[in-house]
Order: sequence, then C-alpha cells, then structure tokens
Amino acid sequence: MAKEFKTIKTEIRLPYELAYGATWTRFFEGMENEIIYGTKCSKCGRVLVPARSFCPRCFVDTDEWVETAQEGVLTAWSYVNYKYFGQPIEPPFIGALIRLDGTDVDFLHLIGGFDLSDFDLVRKTVKNGMRVKAAWSNERKGHILDLKYFEPV
Amino acid sequence: MGRPVAIIGVGQTNHGRRMDVCYPDLVREAVVRVYEETGLNPDDIDGVVSGTMPSMMEGVALTHFYFADAMKAGGKPILKTETCGSTGVSIAHTAYYWISSGMADLILAVGHEKMNEGDSQATMTTVAEPFYQRYFIAGAPGVFSMQSQMWSVRYGLEEEKVRDAAAFISVTHHDSAFDNPYAHIKMQVTMEDVKTSRVITYPVRLLDVCPNSDGACAVLFASDKMVKKLGLDKVAWVKGVGYRGEEYYFGDSDKAVWQSAVEAARQAYDMAGIKDPRKELDVAEVYNPFTFQEMMFYECFGFCGLGEAPDLVLKGTFARNGELPCDPSGGTLCTNPIGATGLIRTAEAALQVMGKAGDHQIPGAKTALSHAMGGVDQFNGIMIVGSEL
Repeated sequence: MAKEFKTIKTEIRLPYELAYGATWTRFFEGMENEIIYGTKCSKCGRVLVPARSFCPRCFVDTDEWVETAQEGVLTAWSYVNYKYFGQPIEPPFIGALIRLDGTDVDFLHLIGGFDLSDFDLVRKTVKNGMRVKAAWSNERKGHILDLKYFEPV
Repeated sequence: MGRPVAIIGVGQTNHGRRMDVCYPDLVREAVVRVYEETGLNPDDIDGVVSGTMPSMMEGVALTHFYFADAMKAGGKPILKTETCGSTGVSIAHTAYYWISSGMADLILAVGHEKMNEGDSQATMTTVAEPFYQRYFIAGAPGVFSMQSQMWSVRYGLEEEKVRDAAAFISVTHHDSAFDNPYAHIKMQVTMEDVKTSRVITYPVRLLDVCPNSDGACAVLFASDKMVKKLGLDKVAWVKGVGYRGEEYYFGDSDKAVWQSAVEAARQAYDMAGIKDPRKELDVAEVYNPFTFQEMMFYECFGFCGLGEAPDLVLKGTFARNGELPCDPSGGTLCTNPIGATGLIRTAEAALQVMGKAGDHQIPGAKTALSHAMGGVDQFNGIMIVGSEL
C-alpha cells in the first residue's frame, strides 16, 4: 500500500471594509425601499441594472437614474444542487437572469417562491420567457438579498 | 508581425489527487519532465512565465515567488499571467509575445493548480465582487450551466437531443482518457450513467462536470533562430493566437452566442490563414469543463453552424475517428488543474502536430487548435499550432 503522507489544516481569515461609493450606496438604499435602480446611458440610451456610475460600452458617466419595473421575463436559469464552503444561499436554489421590463441588460438574481425540493417538478414549471416579479423581504437592510427572489406572476 | 515561435517540448505531471506531493514539488515534476524531454536545462532559458487560477485556490498568494526555485527561475526575468480559467492559454500567449517580440529566444511556460487542497468552488466564487454577483453565481457550474441553458433555448433545441449529445461527449471523452497516461479520471461511463447521475447545476449532471485535479504543465517555447540552432525538426509552430474579454457583469452581454469565443477564434484564424476550420484543422483541444458548453464552442469556433452542434456530435463528427476530432486527450472533462488546464490544451495540440501524442495521436495531424475560457463568462483564448512554419 502507498505510504500516507501528512497534511496540515490551515485557514485564512481576513477582514475587509469595501467602499460602495455613491452609485452602489444609492442602489442599496433603493433595495431598502423596495426599489430597483438602474441608470441610463446618455450615449447609447441603454438602461443598465443594477445602476452603474458609467456605461461599460460608451465609457461615459451615467447620471440619469431610473426606477426599473419590478417585473420582467426569465432569460436563463440553473437549478443549483451542490454545496461549497461559505455558500451564501442554501441549495437547492435557482440562479437566474431576468430582463426587467424597459431595461437593456439581464439582471442576475434568484427565482423562487415555489417548491424547489423536487427537481423534476421544477423542470416542468420553469420556462425561459416566463414572467416573474420581485418578492421583497420584510426585514430589509440595504442588501442585494432584500430582494428575496423573483417569483412567477 | 513578430518573429516565428515554436513549441519544442512538453512536460506534464501525472494529474489527479496528488496528496503525495507538496505544491512546489508538483510544479517541479512538470519542469523536470520538459527538460528531460528536450535535453535542455534551466541555464538555457531566457525567462519564465507561470500562472494559476486565483492564487487563493491553495491559500498562497504570488505563486511565481513560491515556485521560483521549483521552476529554477532564480536570476531570470519572471512573469505571472492570470486570466481565470483561460490562464493556461494566456501563459502560452505571454511566452509567444515574449519571443515573437525579439526579447527572448527560449522561454519556460508553466501552469499549475492543486485543486484538492482547498474548496475550489468557494475560491472561484471570489472572482465575483461581494456586493451583488457573488451571491448568485454558484461557482463555475452555476454560471456556465446558465449559459448552456440559454444557448439550447435560443436555438429551439430539443432538450432530449441536447441531453443525449452531452452524454455522448461525456462517454467518448472518458473513453479517450484511458489513452492519455497523464489524465486524471479513468472510468468507463455509459450514456445512461451520465443521464441519470445527480443534478449539480441543471442541465449539468455529475458526469457532465470535470474533476478537481492537481497538476502542472511545463512547455518550452523557442524562436525560429533557436529551433535552427538546436537542429530540431519536430516542433509545433505557433500559427495563430487570439484573445478576447467581455464586460464584467454576467447579464451585460449575450452568452448564448459567446462573442469573446467567436472573436478570439476569428483573430487566430485570420493570423493562421484559416478560412474553413472544420476542414483545415486536424484536431482541436477545446476547453470543456462541462459537456454542454463544449457544443457551444464548436459553434462559436465555426466548426459548424449555430444550433447544429448536437446533431453533429451524435453523428460522430467530433469523435476520435470523426471529421474534426475534439479533445482526444479526454480534455478538461477528465483532467482539470485549472491554472495548468489551458496550457495542457496547447501542449496536447503541440504533441499532436509533432506526432508525439502516443495512444491518442490523431494520425497525420498537421494543424491543431487549443482553447481555454474563464471569468464569470468573460474570457476566451485560442492558440493554433502547426507542423510547418
């Protein structure tokens, strides 16, 4: 039998305080108030969500704020059924791209509000193109998960 | 255009769960093998470039410092290149640029990862900022599965057919890995095994996913002047390179037709003078940690039209004895030490055109494509190699 070699268990734990800056601060204030903020690019006219300080394509400041629709359509999804260390959301959950009405990019979040325990059932229920709407948490603290998920309309 | 550049030798570790060696010794295993293969030694080298996926995979930052001794880089110019999953091809690009520019004649390129030592998906999730995207990407399987799902719906592909084609890819690559002495996973699987394995991130199931591998790959790049000086005849000339990135946010660009993949391939084809890749390429090493995604790449690289890949896969077009064999090494699906993986693709492509691929040699291969991708769906890199200058 091959010799077993020793190992060492270690971990790295480092504290950070990351600056949101003006744009993210306002976006998360929106979350606290059940508002999804986007910004509109004055050059290409696209409504970007979440709100940005600049348009990544035109590279100009985006200072026109837009309160986006709370509804949109599902453009892609994946049923996540595995675990990793420090996972912020307990599986199973459904990561999804949602095109909110009147916006020009997909918003990455979750879909939920229905039984996720049976995958075969989920596969029959969830369809690209289905309409979904924002469901908010009762305890909001200016965080991306103040928006619990998007649920089927 | 700069000076011609060739790959003159390849060294790989035996990839797998390598808890028998510490990380620097693993790196050195590949480095020693490339010197044994070529008969050269570290004194001959003008510089070293290495890379990993996020260094945090093993909890040690600045790995090129940690491995300076294992790569015998002391007293040499040293660079680190890091572009997420595409790191390996970017390392190859760095070596190419370095020599092609005329600044060096012989460069050692090393890619490495020891994925079994940490929590790979937790590490990968740190590539996304913790304000917004980190909550939802669910490691690499999460975002890349969403992309495949988007692709199959975009082209109205029948779910059952796509599922079968992905299973076919899994079966054939797992079979191929038996012919690659360095491959990690060597197991026989059936279509039924794949289709009934556990859902990881729908539509991806366990046997649609690559393993966590420990491994390293070392490749020697040389100028045409050095190839002549050493009197080498079997080398792999770099014919084309291409690389593209995309906007940071996952939802900002269309992932169903992945533009960075399309454009990176186009850049490499233009440089190599390739017009019809399915005919002109003899073999391709496509970066395929997920079976479904591999089909998207066939389409993005012009191996077939958009939405056509599943039918052609099931016909065997991309199998070992097909029109354009893809991943005869077993590919990323069977071996994925991420920071090394892209460079392994380039190394395998080079071995094919040098006629040194052993039991998984595609007979008479003269032109080969290698690829790697990464980010939260942002990066794609290509290197095309050929047997003739």
